[in-house]
Amino acid sequence: MIWDWAFAIEILPRLGQAAIVTVQATVMGFALAATLGLGLTLARIAWPRTALPISVGVELVRSTPLLIQIFVLYFVGPEIGLVLDALTAGTLAIGVHYAAYCSEVYRAGFEAVPRSQWEAAEALNLNRGTALMRIILPQAIPPVIPALGNYLVALFKETPLLSAIAVLELMQTAKIIGSESFRYTEPITLVGLFFLGMSLISAALIRLVEARITQGVRR
Amino acid sequence: MMQDPMVRFQNVTKRHGSHIVVDGLNLDVARNEKVAIIGASGSGKTSLLRMLMALDPVDSGEIFIEGEPLTHMERQGKRLPPDMAHIRRMRGKVGMVFQSFNLFPHLTAMGNCIEAPMRVLGLTRAAAIERATELLEMVGLASRKDYYPSQLSGGQQQRVAIARALAMRPKVMLFDEVTSALDPETVGEVLTVIRRLGEEHDLTMMVVTHQMGFAREFADRVCFLHQGRICEEAPARDFFHNPQNERTRAFLRAVLEAG
Ligand SMILES: Nc1ncnc2c1ncn2[C@@H]1O[C@H](COP(=O)(O)OP(=O)(O)OP(=O)(O)O)[C@@H](O)[C@H]1O
Ligand SMILES: [Mg+2]
Repeated sequence: MIWDWAFAIEILPRLGQAAIVTVQATVMGFALAATLGLGLTLARIAWPRTALPISVGVELVRSTPLLIQIFVLYFVGPEIGLVLDALTAGTLAIGVHYAAYCSEVYRAGFEAVPRSQWEAAEALNLNRGTALMRIILPQAIPPVIPALGNYLVALFKETPLLSAIAVLELMQTAKIIGSESFRYTEPITLVGLFFLGMSLISAALIRLVEARITQGVRR
Repeated sequence: MMQDPMVRFQNVTKRHGSHIVVDGLNLDVARNEKVAIIGASGSGKTSLLRMLMALDPVDSGEIFIEGEPLTHMERQGKRLPPDMAHIRRMRGKVGMVFQSFNLFPHLTAMGNCIEAPMRVLGLTRAAAIERATELLEMVGLASRKDYYPSQLSGGQQQRVAIARALAMRPKVMLFDEVTSALDPETVGEVLTVIRRLGEEHDLTMMVVTHQMGFAREFADRVCFLHQGRICEEAPARDFFHNPQNERTRAFLRAVLEAG
């Protein structure tokens, strides 16, 4: 017998618990990625002097595997006095990693706002900060929301990496169930189905948001 | 030289790389005077206005507004480069309307007109709305105040842009080919607004235009720019009736032939 329904139903509650952890890591990680990414981009525009160090940092984070960053934060962190539980360390690493990608997305959004908008604001004597926050930002964000949404899905699908530091998210739980019962088919399949379902739903939501934004632009 | 001019360009030069765009230009504009600036493409008209709006710095020379220098400041008898506070104070005297409107697309007509008065002049929302309502009425768009720029025609957008600039209570208004991007049938409504502004308000106006008819009937004085210098200037009637300079005559011939 390849698929045991009784077993699948029996492990569902445990996997459900783990799914909560996965969703938690996704939501917290993406909240960090979206805000830190925006912060980095705003800093880069408001204080041109920070542009170079930020670019270097972003490049560094994007050029190294997320798994290594998770390990560094969790295992090397304590050496410098940064002791975090596995879920926090993992979520933080994921958030910072995706902040680097998000900041590039935001940057493209800001660069797409015509220079003439800055000049119109300047001619009205708005200072740079006000122009940035009140005039440029509201034009820069809506067009990049779909791209951010894609990163949300990508981030979600990378949360199984947290199993490497024993966070009890879906993948880790599935592996534990497997090693206890010597049955991997059901837990791994169920976890895969969960990711598939969530990703499909998110993709549909993103398309919906995208459609609304294009409508808004044509308004 | 003029007594007590509203605006004075004194030996102003602007370069882009090695290309001299404005070349030692001198120009005085009297309080409430309407000056039309004409000239071929690339003659430096936009550059002139942008320097006065403090969007671009001068490379040399001085600009004064109401006798106060824009391009430098004096502190304890010393001449210093202007700091941000100085530039912003001087810039508050000037308003500009652009060829391509440059309205803020995410704000309504009303939103466009109250943003800067609230953030820069410190008006309350209610006071800013009251003032903007008057101005939108004046440009004939009171009924369109809640429309977004994309819901307005070019001529309507440009009239909102005029109201937006006026909301900052400038003393000098700059118009840079404000009808060039418009459909022919909406040019008139914008020119009418500019004409009324000139008649009903105490405003010094500098108008860059390719519309010779408008320049002739609207302006007190016409300046013809050629290669970054004022090649000829005269009261509007004289300028068109009896241009002195051969270049001016050639330019006017070319413009009249074109349409
Ligand atoms: N940012 C810039 N960089 C390089 N060259 C510039 C820049 N801005 C203007 N120029 C050049 O300066 C010259 C004068 O430009 P300006 O825009 O003042 O002319 P204009 O009289 O307004 O012309 P038009 O009638 O086409 O608007 C042109 O040759 C233009 O190519
Ligand atoms: Mg021009």
